[in-house]
Amino acid sequence: MSVGTAPLARGGSRTRLVRSALLALALGYVAFLLLLPIAGIVWGVVRGGASEVASTFSDPAVRHAFWLTGVITAITVVVAGFFGLVAAWVFTRDRFPGRQALSAVVDLPLAVSPVIVGLMAVILFGRGGWFEPFFAARGIQVIFALPSMVLVTIFICIPFVIREVAPVLEEIGTAEEEAAHTLGASSLQSFFRVTLPSIRWALLYGIALTTARALGEIGAVLIVSGALRGLTETATLYILLALEERQEASAYVVALTLAAVSVTLLLTIEFIKRKHEKERAR
Amino acid sequence: MASRVLRQPLGLGAARGGHPVGPGRWGLRATTALYLGGMILLPLVAIVSRGFGEGIGALQSALSSPGAVAAIRLTLITAAATAVVNAVFGTLLAYVLVRYRFPGRTLFSAIVDLPFAIPTLVTGVMLVALYGPNAPIGRALGGVGIQVAFAPLGILVAMLFVTLPFVVRTVQPVLSELDHAEEEASYSLGAGTWTTFRRIVLPALRPAITAGALLTFARALGEFGAIVVVSGNIPGTLTAPVFIFQLTSQFRFEEAAAVSTVLFTISCSLVLLTERLLRRQKEDG
Amino acid sequence: MNAAIAVEHLSKSFGSFTAVDDVSFAASEGRITALLGPSGSGKSTVLRMLAGLERPTSGRVWIAGEERTYTSVQERQVGFVFQHYALFRHMTVRDNVAFGLSVRKASKAEQKERVDELLHLVQLEHFAHRFPEQLSGGQRQRVALARALAPRPKVLLLDEPFGALDARVRQDLRRWLDEIHRELGITSLLVTHDQEEALELAHQVVVMHEGRIEQIGTSEEIYNEPATPFVAGFVGAANVIKGLVIEGRVQFGQQLVSGAAHLPDGSAAHAFVRPHDVRIVVPARANGDARLSSPATVERMVNLGWTSKLVLSLVGDGQSVIAQLPNDQLEGVREGDRVLVDFGNAKVFAPHGPASSRSDELAAV
Repeated sequence: MSVGTAPLARGGSRTRLVRSALLALALGYVAFLLLLPIAGIVWGVVRGGASEVASTFSDPAVRHAFWLTGVITAITVVVAGFFGLVAAWVFTRDRFPGRQALSAVVDLPLAVSPVIVGLMAVILFGRGGWFEPFFAARGIQVIFALPSMVLVTIFICIPFVIREVAPVLEEIGTAEEEAAHTLGASSLQSFFRVTLPSIRWALLYGIALTTARALGEIGAVLIVSGALRGLTETATLYILLALEERQEASAYVVALTLAAVSVTLLLTIEFIKRKHEKERAR
Repeated sequence: MASRVLRQPLGLGAARGGHPVGPGRWGLRATTALYLGGMILLPLVAIVSRGFGEGIGALQSALSSPGAVAAIRLTLITAAATAVVNAVFGTLLAYVLVRYRFPGRTLFSAIVDLPFAIPTLVTGVMLVALYGPNAPIGRALGGVGIQVAFAPLGILVAMLFVTLPFVVRTVQPVLSELDHAEEEASYSLGAGTWTTFRRIVLPALRPAITAGALLTFARALGEFGAIVVVSGNIPGTLTAPVFIFQLTSQFRFEEAAAVSTVLFTISCSLVLLTERLLRRQKEDG
Repeated sequence: MNAAIAVEHLSKSFGSFTAVDDVSFAASEGRITALLGPSGSGKSTVLRMLAGLERPTSGRVWIAGEERTYTSVQERQVGFVFQHYALFRHMTVRDNVAFGLSVRKASKAEQKERVDELLHLVQLEHFAHRFPEQLSGGQRQRVALARALAPRPKVLLLDEPFGALDARVRQDLRRWLDEIHRELGITSLLVTHDQEEALELAHQVVVMHEGRIEQIGTSEEIYNEPATPFVAGFVGAANVIKGLVIEGRVQFGQQLVSGAAHLPDGSAAHAFVRPHDVRIVVPARANGDARLSSPATVERMVNLGWTSKLVLSLVGDGQSVIAQLPNDQLEGVREGDRVLVDFGNAKVFAPHGPASSRSDELAAV
């Protein structure tokens, strides 16, 4: 390239050509990798027709699977939400030896394969496991039952609320809380009336991510549940078993439903948050 | 729906020790320590101790079985390929999102985040629905000798799908904070678009791209939901997580724990490394 | 102790760092007292300990005649105005001001009446439904003041209340705060690094430096009778002239400056002289005691409107002195001229301790 005539940023036709080519490449890549498969499954459901959708949703096994997924997700959201909030608060408002080390632990679930999480639960609670005698003596079934399915889902979802809320808590600082205290607010009043409103979008977003992850969890749940038909069968396990039994059409319906629920949830939260921010700045 | 999970390390600046420490604070500390310790550390200790349970020798023999070697090798190769492809296209996507204004940009940005929202198992189902032997595209590709579903190529596509946002969302904030004046200075000194990108923009992005690629690698290593469907549980297309699942369903817990320990050690060190990279970058900036 | 605010032997350490070191003072009832000092002098920490936001390492705190050292921040009933406002960003102006009343469970009617009253006081009635983000810096600080006053606090604590504002707004708010204070007569403690602000607003000034109190006094005392070299250098601009003590006077070059009676003969001394206390005489018109004026060269001369600033070099030892004088006293003086200077109101200190080493340069001219 001749040095003297190099075009400036938004100049010549050559630059525009490069620009269009890069844009086309980016859009094409995403279309091929993401949109094509989504279109594929939508088409799969459409081809099955309304009757297939109706029969899938009237199947008691499907209903039970969705119900079980709902129960696990609800418990996970409550536990991970509450304790996540406490942990985020402790990490940003408290200082004690070992705080940094403890905060590094939060990231571990992101690094561990869900299958390994399932295996850990089996090793702890399964036959010969560390805690097996304790629960067996009390007649509590952990493995191949709801408790272990909830536990592994919580493990996997721990980071979301903490990692969404902690940076916001750090960013808003302590001045508003101190102001509330000087005005006579107790710690609880200050938390609920000053801190919580400032972090509510981060908290909601963390909960939405938790929900999406809990709805779609498969690896860990597959191992600890034993995938017992009609007993420990979640929505994702239903999909897996349906595929094995070559009932692709209903697998597609359930899969698309799960995806639609998570995507809608996250988009809605994002949308409300933006609208709210816009209103406040007006 | 850009998640903070990827954008920054857990923000722990100097917490003020201002408030008097009351009994309530000890309660909260204890709650946090018990929650994280009991829920995360204890199970990890359990699996590592089980992996080493019968000594280093047992661990070695578990890992030297042909199945384990093949699974770990396939996982490392496909995850590495995913990281490389992702580094290139992720940077491209971030660049296009930050520097170009085009109709539908917001929608495009939202679409890039879809893999965060779509359950990974559903991803696998989608890929089989598209590339499976009974699907039109799968049949057409099969006709020219390319097999995607139930083959290593399908595993690669599944990994690419679920990790697409990682590099984009680590590079994007760095790129948008990068002063455009530096690029303009480069143009004014006679450098072309490509030279400017290579010598001015790319060096500034390198830590973020590396961090994104490492996260991609770690995530791809552990991916299960998308792959268990696409790989079809056939020997030769088993990644380590699917292999662990098979061992577990055959109640071969020692071997499963051994493979898990290896996988977990690799991905954990990667995530910790990434965190350090991101933190250093944040401190520099 | 019956003062509205008093602290006694107050200290605070963060690890090995001592932020506040044995500080005692009392603020007068119904007046504004200023805590003046550079950043890091510990003044904000004193204020935060008074509010109960920090716990003292040792010492005691009284508010409205009662000891409050161990009382929680909520029970101290102080009004606190933060440097960066610390308004509740998700609440309207009205809700911000009402907060202190509502957490104390005041009735709705009572809240409304008090909030209206305060919004009127700070002239923000028309902004009641705005959010803090939609206000200017000056407006935000007025909301912060209204919010602090709403629960009728016993004392008002202001932490660099104008620190984040630009110079013009700061001037206006300062005058406005003065008016409000005259109206309400609430005992107030103002932390500031701006000496002009302290001298203008405060009845009593407490000068702090490196965690310790340097001087307590009225504005006039602080300015005219600085007790330490630090105060002389920090409050108002001052030249520092180095010399030796001879018979109660400081000698440098050929000149003698009085005011060193407290120092032994032969010891080194620093004389602090304000630029407007430097007098300049054209040699032709000189009369009187020649030993009280010394020859100097005008190095630079800058006209600042009705005054001029001169950089003078003393003949003999070459020390540099800055003078600022009305232009009508400088007729016929030009750059390069030889003139006679003499110094009024010199404050002489022995040159030891950290404070005087800091003022080796021309302090804050």
